[in-house]
Amino acid sequence: MNRATIDLWVGFFVAIGLAALLFLSLKVGNLSSTDVGDTYSLQARFDNIGGLKVRAAVKSAGVVVGRVGEIHFDPENYVALVTMNIDKRYKFPRDTFATINTSGLLGEQYIGFDVGGDTEMLKAGELVKKTQSAVVLEKLISQFMFNKAAEDDGKKQ
Amino acid sequence: MNLANLLRQLGRQVTDRIWRLGFASRFLLMTLLHSGTSLRRLQLTIREIYFTGVLSLIIILVSGLFVGMVLGLQGYDTLQRYGSSEALGVLVALSLVRELGPVVAALLFASRAGSAITAEIGLMKATEQLSAMEMMAVSPIARVVAPRFWAGVISMPLLAALFSAMGVLGGYLIGVQLIGVDEGSFWSQMQAAVDFRQDIMNGVIKSCVFGALVSWIAVFEGYDADPTAEGVSRATTRTVVTSSLAILAADFVLTAFLFRGL
Repeated sequence: MNRATIDLWVGFFVAIGLAALLFLSLKVGNLSSTDVGDTYSLQARFDNIGGLKVRAAVKSAGVVVGRVGEIHFDPENYVALVTMNIDKRYKFPRDTFATINTSGLLGEQYIGFDVGGDTEMLKAGELVKKTQSAVVLEKLISQFMFNKAAEDDGKKQ
Repeated sequence: MNLANLLRQLGRQVTDRIWRLGFASRFLLMTLLHSGTSLRRLQLTIREIYFTGVLSLIIILVSGLFVGMVLGLQGYDTLQRYGSSEALGVLVALSLVRELGPVVAALLFASRAGSAITAEIGLMKATEQLSAMEMMAVSPIARVVAPRFWAGVISMPLLAALFSAMGVLGGYLIGVQLIGVDEGSFWSQMQAAVDFRQDIMNGVIKSCVFGALVSWIAVFEGYDADPTAEGVSRATTRTVVTSSLAILAADFVLTAFLFRGL
């Protein structure tokens, strides 16, 4: 087989190999959709982040608007300090309410933004003041049991 | 007396293995140092990519398609019991991109191309072509070994990607076209679950490592073969056995490293 034919075949091979990679990243993976472009960072303090992980989604009205960048423990106030990278296209009012939610009953956790009515917008690096911690299922159950027991006590007296 | 002999034999075998490992490492280093030639004279490498990559295409594509179709059938059978047959796309894509694509493609590559490389270099050695090159002041490592090594490293990720892509298409054929899983949720759930960096790039990294491993073992076994017909045949067998074991062991180590954060 002469050189030109070999070159042709190798070129064909490399081309379809790269096409397969492209197919995997665009059609099978999600490179095209959730690639958040330019971002700015916001911070929030939570009493308890539950099972929140780095790279978890930040959603507003159910739409992904950013991702969790870093999670640190604040040793002065004993709270968790979460840094979020928010898409530059979206601005949020200063009284935005950040909550940690769970998708489904046992799904993964994400940060939800409930938007307030303030006219001033949050700037890069600022702190989201109003937050609500993750709901810990065990605490909820124990609270329920405790209430139930207290109710029973009240009935007896 | 007998025990002493046994111990002696054991010790000899162990030192033999360690000696071979050391020689293999030195050989890899020499190959890397001599690989400048294979880049400067690209034609040599392209010829080897033709023999290792292009000629492996058929086996890789057909096996990928069948593996994907089997995943589609088996996955559907299990998933529909829990009423979540729409997750079939996720199952097929993740298992292919993360594990089956790189590993099975590398195993096929080792038996299809690795054995051929070993047999070729072993025969070159047996017919004293390598010595003849040295006589002409042509380094056989630069002229024969390095192009084959790099051809393997380049071909392997492309072959693994093709394997995964064919597998996903096979799963789609069985799941959507034959069984009738909803097409929209098949693709959208797959896209939501497969992450570019976590899954696809890690698969590519894996297949690059496997490509280097298989090519290294193949060229080394060929270069180290006894220059007899029997020696070449034994070296070829050793290539397939050693590289298969190396692929699976390396896969475990890489998985532990790459996916630990999940």
